[in-house]
Amino acid sequence: MAQVSLRKIVKKYDDTEAVRGIDLDIADKEFVVLVGPSGCGKSTTLRMIAGLEEITGGEIAVDGEVVNDVPPKDRDMAMVFQNYALYPHMTVYQNMSFGLRLKNYPKPEIEKRVQEAARILDIKELLDRKPRQLSGGQRQRVAMGRAIVRNPKVFLFDEPLSNLDAKLRVQMRTEIKRVHQKVRTTTVYVTHDQIEAMTLADRVVVMNKGKIEQIGAPNFLYHSPATRFVAGFIGSPAMNFIPCRLEQAGDGLNVRLSDSISFAVPAERMPRYRSHVGQDLTFGIRPEHLTEAKPNGHSNVGLFDAGIEVVEPMGNETMVFFSIGGTEVCGRIDPNAGARVGAALKMAAHLDHMHLIENTSGRVL
Amino acid sequence: MTTADIAVSQGTPRRARYGSMSRDRRWALRWSYFFLVLFAVFFLCPPLYMLITSLKTSAEISAATNPWWIYHPTLSNYVELLTSSMYLTFFRNSALVSIFVVTITMIISVPAAFALARMKFWGSAMLATGVFLTYLVPDSLLFIPLFKMFAVFNEWTDIQLINKWWVLLIVYPTLTVPFCTWIMIGYFASIPKELDEAALMDGANYRQILFKIFIPVALPGLIAATIFAFTVSWAQFLYPLAFTTSPDQLVLPVGIITTLIKGDVFNWGQIMTGALLGAAPPLIIYAFLMDYYIAGLTAGATKG
Repeated sequence: MAQVSLRKIVKKYDDTEAVRGIDLDIADKEFVVLVGPSGCGKSTTLRMIAGLEEITGGEIAVDGEVVNDVPPKDRDMAMVFQNYALYPHMTVYQNMSFGLRLKNYPKPEIEKRVQEAARILDIKELLDRKPRQLSGGQRQRVAMGRAIVRNPKVFLFDEPLSNLDAKLRVQMRTEIKRVHQKVRTTTVYVTHDQIEAMTLADRVVVMNKGKIEQIGAPNFLYHSPATRFVAGFIGSPAMNFIPCRLEQAGDGLNVRLSDSISFAVPAERMPRYRSHVGQDLTFGIRPEHLTEAKPNGHSNVGLFDAGIEVVEPMGNETMVFFSIGGTEVCGRIDPNAGARVGAALKMAAHLDHMHLIENTSGRVL
Repeated sequence: MTTADIAVSQGTPRRARYGSMSRDRRWALRWSYFFLVLFAVFFLCPPLYMLITSLKTSAEISAATNPWWIYHPTLSNYVELLTSSMYLTFFRNSALVSIFVVTITMIISVPAAFALARMKFWGSAMLATGVFLTYLVPDSLLFIPLFKMFAVFNEWTDIQLINKWWVLLIVYPTLTVPFCTWIMIGYFASIPKELDEAALMDGANYRQILFKIFIPVALPGLIAATIFAFTVSWAQFLYPLAFTTSPDQLVLPVGIITTLIKGDVFNWGQIMTGALLGAAPPLIIYAFLMDYYIAGLTAGATKG
């Protein structure tokens, strides 16, 4: 159980900066997910926390104690690797007990801890097997078991589910969450999969190009992204971005998306946007906030006609693709709304959920 | 069922394609067997000739009879050699030298390979290449400088290194250590980086990583290196010929040549017997460890 803080962490390889000044405080028992595209520095950050990578600048502290120069073996952290990294010549039991045996724990204690971890992970019957006799999911469990038995201060996960097939990934995701709820160890988890990040995290840290874009609870990031990058990265299918212009319309404001489509900005948003009148901005809206128009619609909707180009039925909903002002846009509609390729459909944009993004800074206004 | 349908509907062309494939394969196999037999005969002839000759008397060897046939088989060559204390001394020297050299080689090259493969330090890549380059220097180029070095050493310290069997323990590793280090670097490098990182996280230090993870995982490579070191030291001829002279200090290959050839009299029966018996230990070791040896040699190719 520990609290981890990163202060202005920098990592340089020769002349390229992989991590460019990261500040992050991870509370005790918290599950923090670092997410971002490949090359954003998330794995490097994790490896610096682990001590596997030297820190070029800044400080990492565990429970207030700076650990920059503490070797990994003395940091009391456990790590789960993408390719599991099980010792191929040892049985599952030996793999899980390796760390404890190195620290000369008494045999009964080792036995107790391994059995307990095996029970939590449901791998009791695998203890005598060698890693090569296990399936991917089982190996992943063993790798987690190896981390759990040590009862470390911090768990580190480096893309642990990337090597699993889609179905198993979902299953193991739940498993990891369940284990965390049981053992309550401070966890830092790295992934490039935003769904994994959303489902697992207490707090998500979105990283891009070696910097933190935004930190927040999953739902907060989803509904209030701070930057265009976060807005586009979190959520699937991704948010629609449409070039627009903010215009004065009497007392109100209008967002003009194309010659024929323009929406009135909801009244409570006006103070925020007023200073940007006349600017070219980007209008961001998630697919689920572009639905078919309902006869007795809600307030703050912008209605428009969409020429449907592609229809993708998903069962519980249907994705439709059309274009606004030359930009392809995705909407999520009711399967019974009767969308047909080539036909026009009356669509509604739910403007309470709209975002306006400054083009130069990428900042969400 | 669908495959059956397709096979029926496309009957002839499909069968024809299969036929040509198996014909190709048949021809490939025929050629393979032809060359395998050819090479087997080529390489097995000398040992067979040695075996035949070792079972003949000196008189029969020099007689103008069919050299591939034994008319009066005898074990006298074997009896004489195995009861001769000199031959047994050669054998003992060879065995001692080989066992010690293998041990010394492993003690040096395994940690060296581990350090060069895993601990990134300034100049480690250059050093690794350097290790291999030393192996490329042939022993025929080295024995005179080495001899000179020992002589100078003798002048300075009064310690006589030449004409002692144990001097070979210093000399042979110059051949075995570079190559074994090189093999082991390759093998260690094929072990995924995450494995030692996992061990580091588990609280292991470098020594524990080497002994508890790397050596067990790289065991096939280690065995391959061991066999190599053993073969080299068992079969080495030039160095012992140069550095040892007294009969009680000789190793097998040199001993056979220097004691069984007297002037221009070649005691062929005993030479063949001695060589055959001398070839036995590596043969036995190969037979037992062959699977490991092959796994070790091909490991780099498949593990990537």
